[in-house]
Amino acid sequence: MASPIIELADVAKTFESRAGATEALRAVSLTIEAGEFVSIIGPSGCGKSSLLRIVGDLVEPTAGVVRVKGKNAHQARLDRDYGIVFQTPVLYEWRTVLDNIRLPLELAGRPRAEREQRPRALLRLVGLQDFAGHHPWQLSGGMQQRVSIARALALNPSILLMDEPFGALDEMTRERLNQELLQVCAETTATALFVTHSIAEAVFLSSRIVVMSPRPGTIDRVVTVDLPRPRTDKTRALPRFFELVTEVRQSLREDAGLAGKPARPGGSGP
Amino acid sequence: MVIWEATKILFALPSYQLPHLHEIALDFLREGAGGERWVWIMAQNAGYTALESLIGFALGGVTGLVLAVGFAHSRWLERGLLPYVVASQTVPILAIAPMVVVWLGTSWFSKAVIAAYLTFFPVTVNMSRGLRAVDPDALALMRALAASSRQIFFKLRFPAALPYLFTALRISATASVIGAIVGELPVGSRFGMGVVIINAAQYYNWRPANLWAAILVSAVIGIAFYHAVAAVERRIVSWSRTVPAV
Repeated sequence: MASPIIELADVAKTFESRAGATEALRAVSLTIEAGEFVSIIGPSGCGKSSLLRIVGDLVEPTAGVVRVKGKNAHQARLDRDYGIVFQTPVLYEWRTVLDNIRLPLELAGRPRAEREQRPRALLRLVGLQDFAGHHPWQLSGGMQQRVSIARALALNPSILLMDEPFGALDEMTRERLNQELLQVCAETTATALFVTHSIAEAVFLSSRIVVMSPRPGTIDRVVTVDLPRPRTDKTRALPRFFELVTEVRQSLREDAGLAGKPARPGGSGP
Repeated sequence: MVIWEATKILFALPSYQLPHLHEIALDFLREGAGGERWVWIMAQNAGYTALESLIGFALGGVTGLVLAVGFAHSRWLERGLLPYVVASQTVPILAIAPMVVVWLGTSWFSKAVIAAYLTFFPVTVNMSRGLRAVDPDALALMRALAASSRQIFFKLRFPAALPYLFTALRISATASVIGAIVGELPVGSRFGMGVVIINAAQYYNWRPANLWAAILVSAVIGIAFYHAVAAVERRIVSWSRTVPAV
């Protein structure tokens, strides 16, 4: 592990609205090393999405300091250090699959040769080379999200921000894309910050899991995932995998004050 | 056609209320005062009106677009100007048309301006909505990629608003023809379907089929415009699943 790439110190966020102030995050401090895969997990309303957006300079923190690669988050965004994937694919429907992946390269004014070759290489990486000329609606949800990941990687960002990217997919597709995401990440040097509802997904993907509790959002625990890499389908069958899943689930239940009781349906995922 | 003739028989309508279809068709073959057949007279006037409508449509479309971009850009501008834009559409076009003709003369230009007057409003309203109705995450993506506001406009807002624009243009296409015809009604105009309709209306009791023929031709211009816009829409917005068939 190299130097810290993301440093959060006492980050707080309060949303003001006509209904009054909502404290979304309180005193969040976290340091992420370059090359890590860190998941943020927690129930709805724990501010995990806000935290991700604060790191990406899409939301301004009310208090605290965010340093990314030694710069402030704003400068990091202008330097195009981020690749971002949302819960929905957010593909531009007037662009073909290939042109969607090309978008970041166009915005950054990259040379023509790169704008031509890079999107095709990325499309191969996510296994969609046969769909270059298709329009987004002609693709399944899982395929669309693969395109979205390819687009996030277009500028070779040092940080990959993912906001529940597989949340809307069925369990089978989700597991397959988890696997693919790890392969894709292995080919880049990007540090990943990954927001999820799913405990199994967090354990499978991460080097560390940040467990958050709601109202206001605070970091409750950080679980280090010591599962061997590369992770495959066999990883999911390891006793250690189940131990970690249980550990994360326990922390989430303690947060909700439900220790020892069954989780509420839809509460904290599988 | 069957319904037309059946209605005529059922209610025993005389020809001055509803002429036979063949009477309307024959009217096109009748020779006019100058010795030309009516089909040719109609075609010339229809062409004249179509040209005025087209110029007015383009003029109104551009005006509407500029206003929409301005409104989407600045709430302040919208608050200041929108009331006047709305008020402009509440004044009957029949009242405004003679004034425009007085100001700008009886040439094609005054008609095009009246056509533009009816065209720009749907474009402004729909397009300023379209430019704002962008998915927040699509916008967040642009921000995360450090896009300039120029890039955000041309690569996101404008293409995302195109379906809204074409919905407006479909409405405007038919409205522009109405505008041009209304613009031809005031005294002094010499060409166009408006002139033909006025004349036919004066001689209606004597030759009712003539007015019906003029109405038919006017409708055909409007329908042709509408379909032209729809065809362009299908080409440009081919990526959308929501383009209506017609």
